[in-house]
Amino acid sequence: MTDSRPDGGLRADRVARRTDGRLIVDGVTLFPRTGETVGLLGPNGSGKSTLLRLLAGVLAPSAGVVTLDGRPLPEVGRRAAARRVATVGQHAHTQTELTVRDVVALGRVPHRRLWVPASDADARAVTAALERTGLTDRAAQSWHTLSGGERQRAQIARALAQEPRELLLDEPTNHLDIQHQLDLLDLIASLPVTTVVALHDLNLAAMYCDRLLVLREGRTVAEGSPSDVLTPALIEDVYGVRAEVTHERDRPVIRFLRRAPRPASPGEDRPSPVP
Amino acid sequence: MALAVSLAVAVTIGPADISTADVWASVAGHLGGGGSTLPPLRDGIVWNLRMPRTLLAAVCGAGLALCGAVMQSLLRNPLADPFVLGVSSGASTGAVAVVVLGVGGGTVSLSAGAFAGALLSFALVMLLGHSLGGGMDRVVLSGVAAMQLFSALTSFIVLTSADAETTRGVLFWLLGSLTGADWGQVLLCAAALGAVLAVCLAHATTLDAFAFGEEAAAGLGVHVVRARLVLLSATALLTAVLVACTGAIGFVGLVLPHAVRALTGSGHARLLPVTALAGAVFLVWVDTLARTVVDPQEVPVGVVTSLIGVPAFVAVLYRGRRKT
Repeated sequence: MTDSRPDGGLRADRVARRTDGRLIVDGVTLFPRTGETVGLLGPNGSGKSTLLRLLAGVLAPSAGVVTLDGRPLPEVGRRAAARRVATVGQHAHTQTELTVRDVVALGRVPHRRLWVPASDADARAVTAALERTGLTDRAAQSWHTLSGGERQRAQIARALAQEPRELLLDEPTNHLDIQHQLDLLDLIASLPVTTVVALHDLNLAAMYCDRLLVLREGRTVAEGSPSDVLTPALIEDVYGVRAEVTHERDRPVIRFLRRAPRPASPGEDRPSPVP
Repeated sequence: MALAVSLAVAVTIGPADISTADVWASVAGHLGGGGSTLPPLRDGIVWNLRMPRTLLAAVCGAGLALCGAVMQSLLRNPLADPFVLGVSSGASTGAVAVVVLGVGGGTVSLSAGAFAGALLSFALVMLLGHSLGGGMDRVVLSGVAAMQLFSALTSFIVLTSADAETTRGVLFWLLGSLTGADWGQVLLCAAALGAVLAVCLAHATTLDAFAFGEEAAAGLGVHVVRARLVLLSATALLTAVLVACTGAIGFVGLVLPHAVRALTGSGHARLLPVTALAGAVFLVWVDTLARTVVDPQEVPVGVVTSLIGVPAFVAVLYRGRRKT
């Protein structure tokens, strides 16, 4: 946690963000390691989205600093930052009539120069991103004809067209059915970039993330491997629900328990409710 | 090309019988500096009446359509038009204040009053929008509020202070009219159009980036606040200049960008110049229609654009309904 390498990609160092007098994010430090997938967990309103927006440079921190290769984001500049860090939100909406290729090509905006038409490099990046996300044969199709899962894949393709080294995702699976949730997370986990992803579903986080950061009321309450972090005690503490945690192939599996006020059956190791 | 032909043909249409050859002769004479070979009266009709009017129609149509396209993309609202920020109603109030109330004591022209009113209204909208939180929906709501306020003020001034003759004159101007176009207006509007077109084209990829909203645009490296301010100010300024010269010609800015988008796709590098061109051709023909359809009377061009525009507006609404 006190790692002080001067480089290290995108880092948040004790960042805070105050909105309308309330601290939404309160002194969070996050140093994702190159290539790893970091999951952000926490109940609604715990500051996950705000932390991601601070990392993206869309919001300015009221304290602390976000750095890219050791330089503070404002110094890096918006366009230069967008060539390194790409973001994908919960669900994208537009009224504009766009093809899938148009949407993916938006990822080239930070690379484009004034008065210069799109280059071969732009076209290559778009084609590669479409291929990577399996959307090549959808390229000419209208965005509005895509399903929710395909739209999110198109947004990830757009993000890849930015050729980022860091990818930030804010609950990207929120509006998807389970099959598409798994498809999307398989895709995300396979990408050769450093990823920070906010997730609601603890099991999905346990399955796909290398490291987890748990937030509550804007503060970090736990950080580490899924096995270290996702314990019944932490889940009860942060989410106020009881759960059993087993392990399968080194990954925790969480089973939530009903709130029925019956005593625990003998032999089970379960934390007793605090009176 | 289509624009050049439209201009040439439109100039020939009207009460006096003028041929395309006359038009070329007059233009060649004036631009060549050798003086026109036409009889002075004919030459006067072409060079001093029809030419400035037709060119003003072209510039005005191009400018309004351009502003409409930019507003729709920037505000992410398919129903936005150049007047959405209250510019036209502010201009009306300014014009009425000068003509009816005699503000400025006769030293200020109607156009100058309209320009001042337009900028005042725009400043009010931006201030109100900013103090309400600065989001684009707030800006649109502020524009609607300003529009209502200034319309009411205009009506109040006209109804309480104007005589019948002044009312008629003001009304004609309010509805949008290219009567009385002169070369000064043409050059002023063309300069404003050129400058604003350059600014907008420089922001073409930025406007593309707004497709998924401001947050997404920011994620693509766009300085959202700066881009918004530059584009809103540029389009408001151009609209103010145009409205000051011609009154509020409605619906060109609303309808043309939609029609052109269907042809060119939504990439702004192509959309913006094609929209401007289409707007120019469109308004040249609408104006020709307006000054000939109930000959010898003249219909305000704004009335004709609205008669064509309202059905198109409904079609836009209808398409939007299907999508959601």
